[in-house]
Amino acid sequence: MKIAVCVSHVPDTAAKIKIGSDGKSIDPTDVTYVLNPYDEFAIEEALKTKEKLGGEVVVISLGEESSKESIKKALAMGVDEGVLLKDSGFRDSVSLAKALSEEIKTQDAKIVFMGKQAVDYDNSIVGQLTSEFLGYNCVSVVVALNIEGEKVIAEREIEGGKEVVETSLPVVITAQKGLNEPRYASLKGIMAAKRKTIVEKDAFAFGNKLEVLSMNKPQGKQAGKIIGSDASAVPELVRLLKEEAKVI
Amino acid sequence: MANKILAVLEQRDNQLKKISFEVAKAAVDLGKKLNVKVEAVLVGNNTKDSLNAIGGYGVESVTLFRNENLTQYSSSAYSKIIADFAKELEADILIFGNTSMGKDLAPRVAVKLDAGIAVDSVKLEVDGSDVISTRPVYAGKALLDVKINSAVKVFTIRPNVFNAGEPTGDVPDLIVEENIDQPDLSSKLIEIKKAEGKLDVAEASIIVSGGRGLKEAANFKLVEDLAEVLGAAVGASRAVVDAGWRPHSEQVGQTGKTVSPNLYIALGISGAIQHLAGMRSSKYIVAVNKDADAPIFQVADYGITGDVFEVVPALIEELKK
Repeated sequence: MKIAVCVSHVPDTAAKIKIGSDGKSIDPTDVTYVLNPYDEFAIEEALKTKEKLGGEVVVISLGEESSKESIKKALAMGVDEGVLLKDSGFRDSVSLAKALSEEIKTQDAKIVFMGKQAVDYDNSIVGQLTSEFLGYNCVSVVVALNIEGEKVIAEREIEGGKEVVETSLPVVITAQKGLNEPRYASLKGIMAAKRKTIVEKDAFAFGNKLEVLSMNKPQGKQAGKIIGSDASAVPELVRLLKEEAKVI
Repeated sequence: MANKILAVLEQRDNQLKKISFEVAKAAVDLGKKLNVKVEAVLVGNNTKDSLNAIGGYGVESVTLFRNENLTQYSSSAYSKIIADFAKELEADILIFGNTSMGKDLAPRVAVKLDAGIAVDSVKLEVDGSDVISTRPVYAGKALLDVKINSAVKVFTIRPNVFNAGEPTGDVPDLIVEENIDQPDLSSKLIEIKKAEGKLDVAEASIIVSGGRGLKEAANFKLVEDLAEVLGAAVGASRAVVDAGWRPHSEQVGQTGKTVSPNLYIALGISGAIQHLAGMRSSKYIVAVNKDADAPIFQVADYGITGDVFEVVPALIEELKK
């Protein structure tokens, strides 16, 4: 059985974001790109699933040449093979999901993992969109997973608790922090990754439905007042919250 | 030209969620600007009484699709019912809440309707016949203005941003009930594990958050006590979640939750860029931190540059007065 894991190459969360000259995207100068943090949980779960059920894991990423760095990281963690779907410029979530679903069909993968969201556009919908294009079941924001035969039991995080969902293969699972503890790539893994192939192909063309008009910096919040430096400032703070802010 | 707006309401345990009022209000406001009618839809079971509260917002009618197996969320069943209904209505704008249910459901409905989707809107404006959605990206470090060019458009709105006001108490003019005979339960909910009595940071109007300045996990009792007095949710910085002091569900910031409460109180949090990104859109921010140079003070409306172990007990006492 083939297991697919889809990953994104994104700006590090510590990056300062500057608007690019097109006014619609970020200026990538001085920005470090990394494997999307949630994708590490997806990769780990794909590897654990392979260890339990057998089969092969393929990592798929859509993007520019630089996305190979994130593919290589997955290969070093133990993924068997990589596919780069070459693309550049803005692609909306629907179009991205369509391209991923076409490759997943080609790979004939019946279990698909992704991070619950990429920390660039924060859409949190690509897994669900992909499942719909494939006609697969989908559980998003998963923090616990058990696959037995065709049966899938997944816990997903919701406001104030968790939902336990029962479904069946084929399935797309989007991973939330807490699902597992991602392994570190061993030296052996890093060496082995060098011998693994990354297949490159053009991403499936599919027009965008979403158009970006502009990217802007949020209005900076003005630093407010320092009321004091010890507990004697507390009555004034409470007064301000009640009378000025009117929030308590 | 838009034809009809469909507001997709949300319930849990047969009770309408607060986001439903925000979705109805946002849909009606948009409908007025576009001069189109708004209908609402809800999937559930014995939800009719709860639906009465949706009156007064100006929704033309509400359709409740019911089945005893639909009290709890099922992505397969709900997405099919809503997509089929949108087609029947010829609705071309759908609005969902950007909640754990809405985020799961809206994209699946969008594909079934061959629609484009714009999520997590904090502002919906009309420019000619276009709907422009403004939404935070990079966890709030930037804002994106987007529009959808497909015939059918799906939007999700961020909770706590579109102010619904108080329900007026009016009953909707028309509530239609439709029974669903055989819902598609290929994905079904078999259990809900509630975090015992805890308010979630994503839904709370006040959040009290703690960071490394609390020195150890046990001292989070201070944060919990203050939260209790205020009826607030407890939040945490990434540092203390990574240290295992608090669960990830409480983490505020770029790899946690992005929140916009009315009041955010940061205790012993220095304000790393990832944390600021997740809470800077709060309406009022209070920071208590010994380090007067901590970046948190750059976004705080009110700051006390003091020791949390002195200031917080005094604050709890003052609030109890």
